[in-house]
Amino acid sequence: MIKLKVNGRERSFDGDPDMPLLWYLRDELSMTGTKFGCGIGQCGACTVHRNGEAIRSCSTSMKELAGKTVVTIEGLSPTGDHPLQKAWAQGNVPQCGYCQTGQIMQAAVLLKKIKKPSDKEIEDGMAGNICRCGTYQRIRAAIKTAAKEMA
Amino acid sequence: MSIQNIDNVTRRNFIGGMFSASAFVLATDLLPQFAWGDTNENHGKAAAAALKPSLYLGLEPDGTVFIVTHRSEMGTGIRTTLPMVAADEMEADWSKVKIEQAIGDERYGDQNTDGSKSIRGSFVPFREAGAAARLMLTRAAAAQWKVPESECSAVNHVVTHTPSGKKLGYGELAVAAGKLPVPKSSELKLKARSEWRYIGHTAKDPKAIADMKDITSGKAIFGMDAKVEGMVYASIERPPVMGGKVQSLDDKAALQVKGVSQTVSIPPFKPPYTFQPLGGVAVVANSTWAAFQGRKKLKVEWNNGDNATHDSERYKAELLETAKKPGKVVRNLGDVDAAFSKGKIVEASYYVPLLAHATMEPPVAIASFKDGKVEAWVPTQNPQAVQDTVAKALGIKVSDVTCHVTLLGGGFGRKSKPDYVAEAALISKSVGKPVKVVWTREDDIKFDYYHAVAGMYHKASLDDKGKVTGWLHRSVFPSISSMNDEKSLYGFDVEYGMGLNDMPFDIPNQRAENGPAKAHVRIGWLRSVANIYHVFSGLSFADELAHAAGRDSLEYQLELLGAGKVLNLEAQGVGKYWNYGESLDRYPFDTRRLRKVLEIAADKSGWGKKKSGNGWGMGVAVARSFTSYVAAVVEVEVDKAGKIRIPKSYMVVDAGTVVNPERVVSQFEGAAVMGAGIALTGEISLADGRVQQGNFNNYQVPRMAQAPIQTDVHIVESNELPGGVGEPGVPPYVPAFANAVFAATGKRVRELPFSKAKLV
Ligand code: FES
Ligand code: FES
Repeated sequence: MIKLKVNGRERSFDGDPDMPLLWYLRDELSMTGTKFGCGIGQCGACTVHRNGEAIRSCSTSMKELAGKTVVTIEGLSPTGDHPLQKAWAQGNVPQCGYCQTGQIMQAAVLLKKIKKPSDKEIEDGMAGNICRCGTYQRIRAAIKTAAKEMA
Repeated sequence: MSIQNIDNVTRRNFIGGMFSASAFVLATDLLPQFAWGDTNENHGKAAAAALKPSLYLGLEPDGTVFIVTHRSEMGTGIRTTLPMVAADEMEADWSKVKIEQAIGDERYGDQNTDGSKSIRGSFVPFREAGAAARLMLTRAAAAQWKVPESECSAVNHVVTHTPSGKKLGYGELAVAAGKLPVPKSSELKLKARSEWRYIGHTAKDPKAIADMKDITSGKAIFGMDAKVEGMVYASIERPPVMGGKVQSLDDKAALQVKGVSQTVSIPPFKPPYTFQPLGGVAVVANSTWAAFQGRKKLKVEWNNGDNATHDSERYKAELLETAKKPGKVVRNLGDVDAAFSKGKIVEASYYVPLLAHATMEPPVAIASFKDGKVEAWVPTQNPQAVQDTVAKALGIKVSDVTCHVTLLGGGFGRKSKPDYVAEAALISKSVGKPVKVVWTREDDIKFDYYHAVAGMYHKASLDDKGKVTGWLHRSVFPSISSMNDEKSLYGFDVEYGMGLNDMPFDIPNQRAENGPAKAHVRIGWLRSVANIYHVFSGLSFADELAHAAGRDSLEYQLELLGAGKVLNLEAQGVGKYWNYGESLDRYPFDTRRLRKVLEIAADKSGWGKKKSGNGWGMGVAVARSFTSYVAAVVEVEVDKAGKIRIPKSYMVVDAGTVVNPERVVSQFEGAAVMGAGIALTGEISLADGRVQQGNFNNYQVPRMAQAPIQTDVHIVESNELPGGVGEPGVPPYVPAFANAVFAATGKRVRELPFSKAKLV
């Protein structure tokens, strides 16, 4: 039995300990804001926070989550009004939107670590997140907008 | 397992259940254009009248306006943009507008969200629907007040009697308006441009994206996120070589995986491949993960068939060789051979490999077979193709297939081919439960309908002033027509009319030819289609000619376009010109508009102000596609290690009347990124008939640092009819980028991707 906390709620899991967190969130908890994009840690669509760090849930098995705290996009802000989410709306960032929850979760950790990231720091911090629609310049701008609001 | 998402998917889509009994429902046909009023009770009558409504616009007594979008949302903003058009003409208050997604239904007319034509095809009918509703509401108010209609005006959800100042809200008028006869088309007064409140007005406006909040909070339901009660999951092992078949199967180990319930064989397609599934073995389980795990344990031996020896390196050599020989003539103007007998001759061969769509959301579908009928929930660009394909695969009637359309995590043409839905339906029929088929990224990359690989040959003659006197363009590619004809060796007018026989340059002697090539993989359309290779080679070659003539490339492209005029390609050596399915009267081919976007691009980019070379350079290209006119200027930096950075790109767009400028800008920003990716790293290759790439580690798409850092998009003000915007950014971007790399390094990259070229 693996015990973990997801978005503030205690959960216990007794299935295949090798199953990635992604499928636990999506198939069992119906938290589908965390997306499946590649399954091998290449695209960042599945990004969530584990004890405050950005991880790829597709490549993190349930056994690596015992006693850990997980936050998903559904738990980032109860009202959906995290400064990043507001900046995303203000900058009309998404196209299809599929990658965007992963982008926001990654950016949230970036801004926690670096209050006012430079262009280079944004590029490095976001390098693991693919947007196939090509919204990168807006993501970059929205991160800067959110950084300003959070300062 | 929760079923909380069922509602998310099913709540939309049911036209019949969408409106209350007293709602005022207006439907309009796309072509021919007309509208009629209808209350919900006799709505069935309207449908039975053999009219094909493409749009439903409804007003509830509480003032809520429902607008049905019959096109799929894959990131272009169409789910917002189409309703904006109707709401504007209706004078509806946007905050009271609710958007509903249409199911697949032939009564909507064409629902295929492809070819950058949603606004082109729907702009006028959506306006007329809105205007009809506005007029009927005005008439209802005038009748109630017993005043002349001409003394009343409808503005922002309220009808006002101007002399007395009396007002009635739209909701209060819904029932009365629904009883009125529908105005004739001739009675409708469309708003003047200056009166538009939504059309053309979205810059910095949150209405640009209706689904914003759902997207940023993770609540948006893409196909991957849909769930229905009692659903099981399936993952499919497909033949590694196109056309292969299962020879033997051992599924014992797979069935022992916890959660796996059974395996289901999917028959191979019967040639031609069309939208049929590739075949293979499905592993069915109670979770996605268990299905993946079970699939890994399958032991399948394949009979790989004829394509097992296919090899991309050899095929490439063949294409380029074929392109050197005369092919089928698809345009012949003047006498190219005579022109080539004098002056300076320039020749070059170009190559573009196969490309995969790699939508961020891999293909996925839920299908439920019950009592001889199928209900499906799908991220699809073409719900009617889903109906047809599923019906054919199961031998049932098209009308017995219901297709609900979810949001799409990207489309780019991949999701208009519903092989993945037929898979889900076949498995569901076999297991007797709703089935969700989940494609892995590897499935997506290895079993795509690929953008065609192409070999091109160009030859031109220049006179002593550097003017082009003759132009030959040969193109060889496996055609999309192989989808419906496995023996197909040649392209067709759609592929020819994308940069091959519609070359806009004012050159007196021109010939375009198409050589034969057989398809060994499934070929399909990808964002901007044959333009990708034709415009890449054509506009790279134009740049080569500019250099051969010792001229500035932008000026030279202007000169090649000539003074500018409306082209009549069929009088200029083109047998049949398809013009993106539009009539030339409504959508003429006007090279003045090409000149204009180039001139603006020169101005915006500061073209020619800084000298190219030493690792910095600018490139330019221009093209008309999907009836829109686009110039791209790309600025690159190439470091000592050959690493490319794109600090700045400029796109100038004349897409006629633009409805949602904010979303148009985003489409061109995105096209720049996709174009950059095609040029930098895009390549699918096969060895022994098997695709060698499988995920984003070896089929690389741009990440933030490789993508253009900043793309400035300039939209040309225009009163012309709306043109396409989803695709036209890609064609000029790729050659502009290649030309910039040449300017920066002196290296002409004629074979994509750049990652294979030695730049330093
Ligand atoms: S799905 Fe996890 S990184 Fe792509
Ligand atoms: S918005 Fe479509 S993948 Fe990023």
